[in-house]
Amino acid sequence: MSALSFIIAGMLAAAMPFLLAALGELVAERSGVLNLGIEGMMALGAVVAFIVVRQSGGHAMGFVAAGLASAALSLVFAWLALAVRANQVAAGLAIGILGQGLSALFGKRYESLTVPGLPKLSVPGLSDLPLVGGLFSQDAVVWLGLLATLAIWATLRFSKLGLVIRAVGENPHAARALGYNVIGIRYGAVAFGGLMAGFAGAYAATVYTPLWAEGMIAGRGWIALALVVFATWMTGRVVFGAVLFGAVSLSQLAAQAGGVALNSQLLASLPYIVTILVLGAISANKRLLKINGVASLGEPFGR
Amino acid sequence: MPAPLLSLRGLSKSYVTVRANRDIDLDVAEGSIHAILGENGAGKSTLMKLIYGVESPDAGEMRWQGNPVAPSSPNEARSQGIGMVFQHFSLFETLTVVENISLIVPGKKRALVARIRQLGQDYGLEVDPLAHVHALSVGERQRVEIIRCLMTDPKLLILDEPTSVLPPQSVRTLFETLLKLRDRGVSILFISHKLEEIRSICDHATILRDGAVTGHVDPREHDAHDLAQMMIGRDMPAPRPFVPREPGPVLLELAGLDYQPDDPFQMSLKAVSLKLHTGEILGIAGVSGNGQGELARLISGETRRHAEARDEVMMFGQPVGDLGAAARRRLGFAFVPEERLGRGAIPEMSLSDNSLLTAHGLGLVRHGLIDRGAEDAFTRRCIADYDVRTPGPQAEAGALSGGNLQKFIVGREMELAPKLFFVSQPTWGVDIGAATEIRRRLVDMRNAGAAVLVISEEIEELFDICDRIQVIREGRLSPSLTVSETRVEEVGRYMIGAEEGAA
Repeated sequence: MSALSFIIAGMLAAAMPFLLAALGELVAERSGVLNLGIEGMMALGAVVAFIVVRQSGGHAMGFVAAGLASAALSLVFAWLALAVRANQVAAGLAIGILGQGLSALFGKRYESLTVPGLPKLSVPGLSDLPLVGGLFSQDAVVWLGLLATLAIWATLRFSKLGLVIRAVGENPHAARALGYNVIGIRYGAVAFGGLMAGFAGAYAATVYTPLWAEGMIAGRGWIALALVVFATWMTGRVVFGAVLFGAVSLSQLAAQAGGVALNSQLLASLPYIVTILVLGAISANKRLLKINGVASLGEPFGR
Repeated sequence: MPAPLLSLRGLSKSYVTVRANRDIDLDVAEGSIHAILGENGAGKSTLMKLIYGVESPDAGEMRWQGNPVAPSSPNEARSQGIGMVFQHFSLFETLTVVENISLIVPGKKRALVARIRQLGQDYGLEVDPLAHVHALSVGERQRVEIIRCLMTDPKLLILDEPTSVLPPQSVRTLFETLLKLRDRGVSILFISHKLEEIRSICDHATILRDGAVTGHVDPREHDAHDLAQMMIGRDMPAPRPFVPREPGPVLLELAGLDYQPDDPFQMSLKAVSLKLHTGEILGIAGVSGNGQGELARLISGETRRHAEARDEVMMFGQPVGDLGAAARRRLGFAFVPEERLGRGAIPEMSLSDNSLLTAHGLGLVRHGLIDRGAEDAFTRRCIADYDVRTPGPQAEAGALSGGNLQKFIVGREMELAPKLFFVSQPTWGVDIGAATEIRRRLVDMRNAGAAVLVISEEIEELFDICDRIQVIREGRLSPSLTVSETRVEEVGRYMIGAEEGAA
């Protein structure tokens, strides 16, 4: 297997934790709430999924439990940010740290244990293609994740629900004057973000690297947050950024394995640098930022 | 006599610190254009929010077509047939016209587009349904708002200060629309503080002062002076007489200034030229959003030009285009910005500390330390001389009403005795009494030989105080018009671009 086909085959799976978390955060931010606790919610989802799968509840159970746990944690954040009107940055950081702490606590007894991963489902015919064939052989979560991406994109862009979420994020006062329940919609958006973060954590811990280690999320939640901003709150660009990050991560692994004579720390930082440069360049368009940016992001909304 | 469409009895609403509405009685008949007249802060907006279900009253009764109602949300009010066109906070800029409308009107997009076009034709409210709102002019946005209301088929349409953003010609079109609506059986609640407008279109008027009703009248039977008295509770101060003066040397000059802002939502300025002499007031008229903000920031020094373009802005005969605001002020320039909170004053700081921001040169700072005594004395002088209603110099700027804070800021800047004075929207949100006082002071400055530049969207105001007017439209300035030889309509034509060829 050449390095290139290795990257093509693996990039979607590598991108999945970022993609799921970033899409959830995208929805929350579009409604005007900045949830900085994504990292902790992923960590909580990861440990919950790992425990459930390990107790052989199966992956489906694991993902559901992880999603619910992270959504519940995100609702605590939402309560602080929306009902108590705490500072969203501080509340998000605090809840994020809480999530990481819970993750470490629950995961203590599972350190270094493993669970079985998921089998690949192949598209007949396409998966036998040379070079790109690996792209069409992915586990069920990747396929579902891609479907979810499409659904989120279409919802935000074409549906009434998406319109309302965008309206609430742009101008909550106007939305309220039109009779929309701004707080309720924001609760929903944040909970959805938590759910997706839980799935992202579950994927990282039980499918992508099915082995428990404390702190295994390792900053992926922060990358997801950055992706949303660099992608100027556009679904398509979030996908592009996540896949780019996944692909560059794999290529630096391939490069290390292939014995490229470069400092390994430098190689390891490559995905971050490339993603920041590429997305930084495409997000320099002020017009796009203004049109897609969320005007009320992070502002407390009160009656 | 049939029951009134809407009837209020004893409606009251208090907020933490103010009683915004006290015991309001109001009857709106079917097929009537009914004015709610009052100054800023008289409680008009609160009353409309109660009727539209945005807020709930503390006491009182509301009847709709004879039946008691208590709308708890705008949805409920709309389903009963009440529509409202807001003054602020109502359209979403990043959405298209049809998307904005679909937020409250059910239906397929294609059907909505067709209905928007149809209503536009029927009522003279043409607008492109697929355009993004941020690309629309203020007048077009208002049309979108009205269309949005009409699509819910209201029996009562509430319009909050609808003419404050329109040039005179568009006001006439709006009035024609309103009359058509009335003839088709829609009642209209018309909120305003502009007396002549109310006299020309409304058949009833309810006058509010300090949250209470001070009169129900037929506005066609009273002159503006009567109405004003009911509205402010005392006689209007007379405007300051003009002393004819020969204009002196040029203190401010822009010569063919071109400016392309970084922000795509801002207006670029093209070949802007103006000359301001001592002893005159030059007014910049125009519909909001035509480049006033960009022009103001270039003159004030908030926007600095690079060194090669420094002679695009000349003050006191010196090129200042690359100087910051403080450097320009040191030359004898003073400035009252459009936004009081955040630009004119810091809301979280006391009035005293706000004095310091621009008046530090008047001995408020000694050896680099603040002289609290001098600061306090200066602030008290501003408060007393400019009739600022506040507990004292230590009050937070943000706690003052808009009009009072404006008086304070104008006072602070005038105390600097600038030779070149620039005011943007001097009387926005200021009650009539205070507005007249501010205008008198501006004329006083002119009579004393200062050069005064005023940006305003109120044509009448400019006609009251200016020697000359230039109109800004889409980032271009019209030629200078001498007020004594110009009619309001002429300025209006420049505002809407009908004089394009001539300009």
